[in-house]
Amino acid sequence: MKLTGAQVVWESLVREGVETVFGVPGGAVLPLYHALAEYPLHHVLVRHEQAAAHAADGYARATGKVGVCIATSGPGATNLVTGLATAYMDSSPVVAFTGQVPSPVIGTDAFQEVHITGITLPITKHNYLVTHAQELPTVIKEAFYIARTGRPGPVLIDISKDAQIAEIEYAYPDEVHLPGYRLPASDFSPQIQAAARMLNEAQRPVIIAGHGVILSGTEDRLVELAEKGHIPVVVTLLGIGAMPDEHPLCLGMGGMHGQGHANMALSEADLILSLGSRFDDRFTGPPSTFAPRARIIHVDVDPAEIGKNVPADLAVVGDLKDVLPALTPLVEARDRSAWLSCIREWREESAQLDILAQETDDLIPQYVVRQIWHATQGNAIMVSDVGQNQMWEAQYFVHRRRRGLISSGGLGTMGFALPAAIGAQIGCRGERVWVIAGDGGFQMNIQELATVVQEQVPLKIAILNNGYLGMVRQWQEFFFERRYSGSRLSGPDFAQVARAYGIPGLTIREKSEVVPAIAQAMASDGPMLLDFHIVPEENVYPMVAPGSAIHNMIRHPGTVRGGKEE
Amino acid sequence: MKHTLIALMEDKPGVLNRVSSLFYRRNYNIESLSVGHSEIPGISRMTIVLEGEDRIVEQVVKQLSKLINVTHVLDVSDKPTVVRELALIKVKAASRTRSEIAELVRIFRARIVDVGATSLTIEITGPEDRVNSLVGLLRPFGIEEMARTGRVVMVRSGENDDGNNGKVYSSQTAMPQSVPLMAQEVPM
Repeated sequence: MKLTGAQVVWESLVREGVETVFGVPGGAVLPLYHALAEYPLHHVLVRHEQAAAHAADGYARATGKVGVCIATSGPGATNLVTGLATAYMDSSPVVAFTGQVPSPVIGTDAFQEVHITGITLPITKHNYLVTHAQELPTVIKEAFYIARTGRPGPVLIDISKDAQIAEIEYAYPDEVHLPGYRLPASDFSPQIQAAARMLNEAQRPVIIAGHGVILSGTEDRLVELAEKGHIPVVVTLLGIGAMPDEHPLCLGMGGMHGQGHANMALSEADLILSLGSRFDDRFTGPPSTFAPRARIIHVDVDPAEIGKNVPADLAVVGDLKDVLPALTPLVEARDRSAWLSCIREWREESAQLDILAQETDDLIPQYVVRQIWHATQGNAIMVSDVGQNQMWEAQYFVHRRRRGLISSGGLGTMGFALPAAIGAQIGCRGERVWVIAGDGGFQMNIQELATVVQEQVPLKIAILNNGYLGMVRQWQEFFFERRYSGSRLSGPDFAQVARAYGIPGLTIREKSEVVPAIAQAMASDGPMLLDFHIVPEENVYPMVAPGSAIHNMIRHPGTVRGGKEE
Repeated sequence: MKHTLIALMEDKPGVLNRVSSLFYRRNYNIESLSVGHSEIPGISRMTIVLEGEDRIVEQVVKQLSKLINVTHVLDVSDKPTVVRELALIKVKAASRTRSEIAELVRIFRARIVDVGATSLTIEITGPEDRVNSLVGLLRPFGIEEMARTGRVVMVRSGENDDGNNGKVYSSQTAMPQSVPLMAQEVPM
């Protein structure tokens, strides 16, 4: 069959099972957009290309499928950069298409020309510049394969305009030939046996469950292993949802703003089994102080993660889909009641130090998040932005749903939540999707409210509005002499802005209004925005100061007798 | 310590850029890098010399192996190798110093490849330290120009663990399970 390069792109996408693409048209992708109408693909027009990349990322994280975005050359392509970097840091499978100026003028600084393959070199798993239409089928096949296999990540395909127009005889390859791309072996029995032996000998083991558990779809396997060995589980921010928060063996999130009991368990453990986490500095604190009593087993699909940040005593390089079924049968049921009761005491201490255990009439953000959890019963996809709102969401929403939290972990991209939630909702039409954002981050991609309306995406948007770039202000309060330099933030009346876009909006100023407002949002079939005017200088606790070991936590002064502890 | 890596990669536009930008991005300090054709059509061979802790070098090997266009990476630091570097040195030569320079060239088994009115161009091929010695001895005469290739390396025949007749890159270094771990041995 004879197809133009543009038709090759869409035909190949259909064959890859793609249903939705997020993008913005422009000069260098006009042939692509012209051919799009002939194919059964839903194009979501966003208002800024950054949102196209975040939406594709959110779609991928919510569904487990590859997310696809498209942008024109030059500024369209550069606008994708933050979104691609976000997806790269969090190992999210995204394929991005960009238009490029016609191949005869590449390199001449032509109108809207930018060297996007060069620019995205360090923030994509791989990228391609295609100047001949006949390369397209192989390149697209490879791009999808690379994006979703091994450690997933974004792949960019830059296609010159002439390659979009040229006609070729189309054949889509059945398999890829990539001699330099190897997936880890699935035969690792010596390591598995050693890992099982170390686990069986351990008195105080802890499992760290990272994003890899979710990416590999091994949530059930994780629960099975934890239950069999009576091993408590600490999750990373992106590992939230790997195990239901309510599970008695789940200690919740660890790290800089982790649960006190989770950090204590990590610090006192004699063995750590890390499953698909990369020992990020926000999780470990200074590597030399991390888990000082523990031997560490590091399981990861990416060999380059082993020993990168924290030295491993044993490494297992493999896909958790292969590792966990091999490991669990070798793990013995051990009585760890002493260890678990020790953790229970820490957990009780955490509960006492919880601000929600105190009486207050103030509109505090923790209360808002907890009430959203009550209203949804945890059956929602939460999409958080970055900063204090992200940490409060992680701490006070009780996550139950698989892939139930979508957030920018590694890159920490403010402005991520709204577009990512659009992608998540379009990928999971029947689900309840909530955005939790601050007033700072929300203004970074506020234009996507128009996409919400055009696509009729019934998002529920909660803004935790404190009039500050809150996490910046918190650091300035703690570590920079309370000099709030550049962090005081004015914003619009978000409810009115929402209404201007065609979305009902409410402003909530009193604690008593929180529950009715959430109920109203839940009852509505369409989108709704709730602007919560929270206590301006509320902080995220516990907090581990940068450079401190994670058991050295600053606790909430409102809950600790005699003020700050340690 | 000083490490020598050999990397084989697809000879495609931009691949050299992928490799060099990886070094910059990951903050690896490269001492010497040379690239050219290998015996396989379409495959380039790169020799990389870097100074660093074992832990860093292990990261370099792993990160290089992750590049899709890089097919093999091998750390040959511990293997018996043939190491060569080529240098072209244009040195000032007045009539009274010419014979002295020619004598040095003879001792070093280098060659004079071009003779001008006031200078000589010398070619030397050899291990890096031999090149360095000659350069040191020529410096007092006045070196006008110098071009060095950086090291190229080949594992000596019959010295390979895998018995592959000197073809080091048939090794499966990039296979994750054989990546050397920094970790201690697991107590059995």
